[in-house]
Amino acid sequence: MSFITVKNLWKEYGDHVVLENLSLSVNQGEFCTLVGASGCGKSTFLKMLLGQETLTRGELLLEGNAFPEEPDRNRGIVFQRYSVFPHLTVRQNVLLGLELEQSPLAGKLFASARREALKDVDAMLDAVGLAHAAHKWPHELSGGMQQRLAIAQSFVMKPRILLLDEPFGALDPGIRSDMHELILKLWRDTGTTIFMVTHDLHEGFHLGTRLLVFDKTRNDPQQPEVYGATITYDLPIGQTDQQTYETIETSVSKTARSLSG
Amino acid sequence: MRLINRHPGRVSATLLGLLPFLLIMLIYSLASQERLAENPNDKLLPGLEQMTAAIDRMAFQEDRRSGDYLMWQDTTASLQRLGMGIGIAAALALVVGVLNGVLPLIRANLAPLVSTLSMVPPLALLPILFIVFGLGELSKVMLIVIGTAPIMMRDVAQRVRELPGEQLIKIQTLGANSWQVIVRMVLPQIIPRLIDSVRLSLGPAWLFLIAAEAIASTEGLGYRIFLVRRYLAMDVILPYVIWITILAIVIDQCLRLANRRLFPWYNAGGH
Repeated sequence: MSFITVKNLWKEYGDHVVLENLSLSVNQGEFCTLVGASGCGKSTFLKMLLGQETLTRGELLLEGNAFPEEPDRNRGIVFQRYSVFPHLTVRQNVLLGLELEQSPLAGKLFASARREALKDVDAMLDAVGLAHAAHKWPHELSGGMQQRLAIAQSFVMKPRILLLDEPFGALDPGIRSDMHELILKLWRDTGTTIFMVTHDLHEGFHLGTRLLVFDKTRNDPQQPEVYGATITYDLPIGQTDQQTYETIETSVSKTARSLSG
Repeated sequence: MRLINRHPGRVSATLLGLLPFLLIMLIYSLASQERLAENPNDKLLPGLEQMTAAIDRMAFQEDRRSGDYLMWQDTTASLQRLGMGIGIAAALALVVGVLNGVLPLIRANLAPLVSTLSMVPPLALLPILFIVFGLGELSKVMLIVIGTAPIMMRDVAQRVRELPGEQLIKIQTLGANSWQVIVRMVLPQIIPRLIDSVRLSLGPAWLFLIAAEAIASTEGLGYRIFLVRRYLAMDVILPYVIWITILAIVIDQCLRLANRRLFPWYNAGGH
């Protein structure tokens, strides 16, 4: 049985169809990249995996059971912004999850329990290259470092699924490729199942194991909301030829234009 | 260069800021001198000499009847009422505001009541407070609480809801339960905002304090200025008003500094 199963999933807001008839099955440890035009339901799908949105029809199963309806510690998230807590230092930000887990009442660890947890934290900070900034506040960090922190904060919990919602969208191109290396390294080390939403087609074609293209197969220019998007391409990464890349790019740009027009 | 692009330097900014104060003092002293030249017993615009004499009498000499130093007695009485009132109001605002902001069920239950209460003019409630709590300390403190708490509650709830939704999701993915969301995410971020809210509420708090003291009291800064009004004792009233202003500025600046010291991330743009 596959890890995550999606069967004929629909998501509608009133008359507005966002996703239609989506089917997918993902194995544990896969790294799926979700690309597509804005408004094609990539983020909505990610929110359903997170438990922030519910589906309208169909099935969304985690190891055969329905997905929990609210976020929990098994599914980590990194947003484009606001993923870290401004009132905690870098080290405290990473420590937070461990504290919440081990101390239900105070949400804080003291003395030896804290020292023990800090070992994991410092190892994690080392892995993302933030050891030198352990005692800084988030506002003192650059955008790239803040995202490293958000990633460390999620990975330290060893989540079964990690969701990345355009995590590198606001970063400079050079920093972005460093971040790609970092996320690939952490993924290989931990074997976490990753879903990453990105606007950047190029990023989607090179990162991870599997590319999922969200696009509309039918389009009514007068009423764009009557048809939803679905997965139009499901390709293993690294085996895509230039021809397919161009076809996908053309189709996605066309949808983007029709949605924004 | 356009006027909107012309900025004063450091020194000239200070001088420009001082100028209105100096002007007011100058105009006052000229007017005062003129009146005193005509009638040395004039009470309306007392000179510096009369005011220092009044301060000396009120602050540094025992009152002939009670043996107290009246100005200090008035100050401690007023500050106690103000501190208790604003302290209770801030504590209430924190509890109700945070619950309203975090828990949708409580919000549905309490938010309409808080909004309605914040619309009631507090001074209109003063007679009720006097009837219910008597003329003692409690009714004065309660007036400050009733006058400032509802608005602070709304403000705190609003600030809680302004925390980025991403944070709320993130902390849930780290396994937080509702209580942990409050103690680890909301409270630490809301306290500096509460202090800002208290600073803004201090103006109304002084207003309610002085109003309550004016109507029923036996000591206090507000009581004193309304008492000596009967004798047109401007030489007492003016120093008292200046003293109240100084107290207000000092309290406000202490809160501002405390906020900076205690929450370095807050004032450095970390929110």
